[in-house]
Amino acid sequence: MPRVKIDRHSMAEQDAAVRVGNFQEVPFGYDAEQAMAEASRCLQCKTPTCMDGCPVEVDIRSFLLAVEAGKFADAIGIIKNTNGLPAICGRVCPQETQCEEQCLLGKKKRPVAIGNLERFLADWERGQNGSNGDAKSAPAARNGHRIAIVGSGPAGLTCAADLARMGYDVTIFEAFHKAGGVLIYGIPEFRLPKSIVQAEVDYVASMGVEFRYNHVIGKLDTVDELLEQGYSAVFVGTGAGLPYFMGLPGENAIGIYSANEYLTRSNLMRAYDFPNADTPVLRGDRVAVIGGGNVAMDAARTALRLGSREVSLVYRRSREEMPARNEEIHHAEQEGVRFEYLCAPTRFESDENGWARGMTCVRMQLGEPDDSGRRRPVVIEGSEFFLPADVIVVAIGNGPNPLIAQTTADIATTKRGTIRADKFGRTSKKGVYAGGDIVLGAATVILAMGAGKSAARAIDRDLRGIPDPVEDEPAATA
Amino acid sequence: MVTASRADLPGATPGPGPAGTIIETEALVPGLIHRMRFVAPAIARKRRAGQFILLRVDADGERIPLTIADADPNEGTLTIVWQVVGLTTSKLAQLRAGDRLLDVAGPLGLPTHIEPWGRVACVCGGIGTAPMYPIAQALRAAGNEVDTIIGARTKDLLILGGEMAQASDRVLFCTDDGSLGYHGFVSGLLDERIAAGERYGHVFAIGPVPMMKATVAVAKKHGIAATVSLNPVMVDGTGMCGGCRVTVNAETKFCCVDGPEFDGWGVDFDELQKRLASYREYERRALEAHDCRIGLGGR
Ligand SMILES: Cc1cc2nc3c(=O)[nH]c(=O)nc-3n(C[C@H](O)[C@H](O)[C@H](O)COP(=O)(O)OP(=O)(O)OC[C@H]3O[C@@H](n4cnc5c(N)ncnc54)[C@H](O)[C@@H]3O)c2cc1C
Ligand SMILES: Cc1cc2nc3c(=O)[nH]c(=O)nc-3n(C[C@H](O)[C@H](O)[C@H](O)COP(=O)(O)OP(=O)(O)OC[C@H]3O[C@@H](n4cnc5c(N)ncnc54)[C@H](O)[C@@H]3O)c2cc1C
Ligand code: FES
Repeated sequence: MPRVKIDRHSMAEQDAAVRVGNFQEVPFGYDAEQAMAEASRCLQCKTPTCMDGCPVEVDIRSFLLAVEAGKFADAIGIIKNTNGLPAICGRVCPQETQCEEQCLLGKKKRPVAIGNLERFLADWERGQNGSNGDAKSAPAARNGHRIAIVGSGPAGLTCAADLARMGYDVTIFEAFHKAGGVLIYGIPEFRLPKSIVQAEVDYVASMGVEFRYNHVIGKLDTVDELLEQGYSAVFVGTGAGLPYFMGLPGENAIGIYSANEYLTRSNLMRAYDFPNADTPVLRGDRVAVIGGGNVAMDAARTALRLGSREVSLVYRRSREEMPARNEEIHHAEQEGVRFEYLCAPTRFESDENGWARGMTCVRMQLGEPDDSGRRRPVVIEGSEFFLPADVIVVAIGNGPNPLIAQTTADIATTKRGTIRADKFGRTSKKGVYAGGDIVLGAATVILAMGAGKSAARAIDRDLRGIPDPVEDEPAATA
Repeated sequence: MVTASRADLPGATPGPGPAGTIIETEALVPGLIHRMRFVAPAIARKRRAGQFILLRVDADGERIPLTIADADPNEGTLTIVWQVVGLTTSKLAQLRAGDRLLDVAGPLGLPTHIEPWGRVACVCGGIGTAPMYPIAQALRAAGNEVDTIIGARTKDLLILGGEMAQASDRVLFCTDDGSLGYHGFVSGLLDERIAAGERYGHVFAIGPVPMMKATVAVAKKHGIAATVSLNPVMVDGTGMCGGCRVTVNAETKFCCVDGPEFDGWGVDFDELQKRLASYREYERRALEAHDCRIGLGGR
């Protein structure tokens, strides 16, 4: 059959009615046969455009060719030449707006399922030898330089792995007791199993990277103190962990959470397993989630799994404008999340003991486009109504945590509080680099990884006194 | 000849063992208030009065905040004093010398803001004496004259009287039942003293929320600025979750990074009191489930 005639293979997944009762992963993944068939859809373009959409430059065409031939070990090797976290990227990258958006096949039919195949290969490799490690990335001879990485999210992990591979002695300082950043505390188990994150963290550790947990930089040591202690460079990958609230009346009632707190309790502290784990999370009967991004979807789907009877997602624009990935919206719909589009809260209501009991909302309609190019929501007069809820999760976005900027005198920040960095991650302070959400504001895993990667190269060049390449690296800064 | 102690040598681990190792424990009030000293050299070196740690006892454990009651930077140890109120604090009370705390993160929070106020009143209720101890020391070190008022329900529950006497110029005791010292609340004694002509440049109040509220009301009545140390429920302690939010002067603050000390006049104590009840039902269930697992069920 000609390649273009084959339909894109969808992954089998847990039935929606079953999966709302557990925290297990939703899609089951491809088997070898499906993977080879899906890879055979690739047109093997002479000048492949898919790679232009990949911030870490995975050689997509070559790895697809290897999969088609059933050479899975070769295929995963190709990916891992540039991407150390394929099991994670295969699951959470917004491929539809990156590699897959550029796929030529996508002009006529549905693009090759590049993300699903990446996931398949990483899982296949773990199935072979229990880890995602491979000999190719064995660390080079030590060069004697010590590098400090602040934060163990995708930016920090990638930067650390690349530097270790080049022969640096790398130490990661992490505020929490576990590594992974948002991958561990934010994205739920049913979307990204924690054992997979742990396997990739173990892989980074196996390259000789040292992890120091419970180590809040800015409080215990400052960035300056790290430099004084003899680290040749510091990479700041502290993410965008500062939760925004709405500033509406009644917001401090009991039961009103930031998405960060709700998800951290459930994921990192395993509140879903309470009382076997000690940390509780309020399991409302009726839950309202405010927002329309991936974070809001994760919170709403978590609420269902925690046993809430009714979960509403309140978003002030329409489905069209919703920033969450299509797949996430679709999964949430299947699972029974009620979407309240064109709706916004105006105040939170609570009882006399301070417990949330719902929110007053207004209906909106879309007016003229605003600065963001999206049509501006306008309140419909007299449309007020009451939405009952005993747990409310505010998922309207996160900002950069100010701790590092506050405790490092000469590091320049933007108006929004993000750290200023050039496209290679250099900050205004010599020897200090930054990347990921702390530079971009809340963005994506792959952009954070791309930033970690280019910072690693820049650190290496700067320490060896080599000039930047003339040809641009993929931009680390939006 | 002077020899450096092991702990002074670069890279040497301090004598008593790896970070988290408990050196000694002591029941100040058996079954209720405990004290422990453990190894944490990096934090001991860094911490200032008013800061706290977050600790986890075991792998299923909650992260709970406790004030650094004392620290010895030379020896590399921290001291905490806590009251058993629920699951984690009772697990903590079961640990002994040689055991190890799983995680200790700190020093967190902002150090106490200290000025040369002249004479200062440190008013403590119950377990609040523990976090007040380093503050009294720091106030003294900054040249202030420190009057400490310590209150408890009854004299057996009064803690750290000796330590506070050392850290203060004057210590006064209050008990609700009159078993020791002034018969009544700390706020009442403070009010009487000020009315009788004592002049305080500043008041510090730490203890249960109603106690802090009453003490601040007294200070305010006499026009004296007051600092309180708040104790909301925390998760990360680094400003990432917003669970610790408190309202101060009509603004929302994150206690772990903006506090834990705030201008007492502006604190919404009623909101704080309500929010502290958030998990009461869950905590009861956790404690019951735990007691069942370790065979204490049905007590
Ligand atoms: C719920 C949720 C769902 C998401 N879903 C997706 C998705 O499906 N796809 C996608 O591409 N992106 C998604 N994102 C976004 C993505 O997770 C982030 O863009 C990415 O994790 C940023 O990586 P980072 O390394 O910059 O920071 P983070 O992942 O935020 O990691 C920062 C780390 O630094 C630590 N840290 C912070 N301050 C300090 C300090 N002072 N000292 C020591 N350590 C410190 C933190 O504890 C944390 O571990 C989601 C985000 C959230 C919150
Ligand atoms: C910055 C800070 C410093 C603190 N310093 C000390 C200290 O030095 N010594 C000390 O004994 N305690 C201190 N606390 C309080 C201590 O953190 C709590 O007592 C502890 O978290 C209770 O844990 P638990 O699991 O044993 O009880 P839980 O089972 O969590 O709770 C039992 C009961 O205590 C209440 N409670 C829950 N969390 C808190 C809290 N944070 N404060 C007060 N009551 C709470 C609950 O409503 C519940 O009724 C401090 C709190 C903060 C925020
Ligand atoms: S404890 Fe999470 S923000 Fe303070």
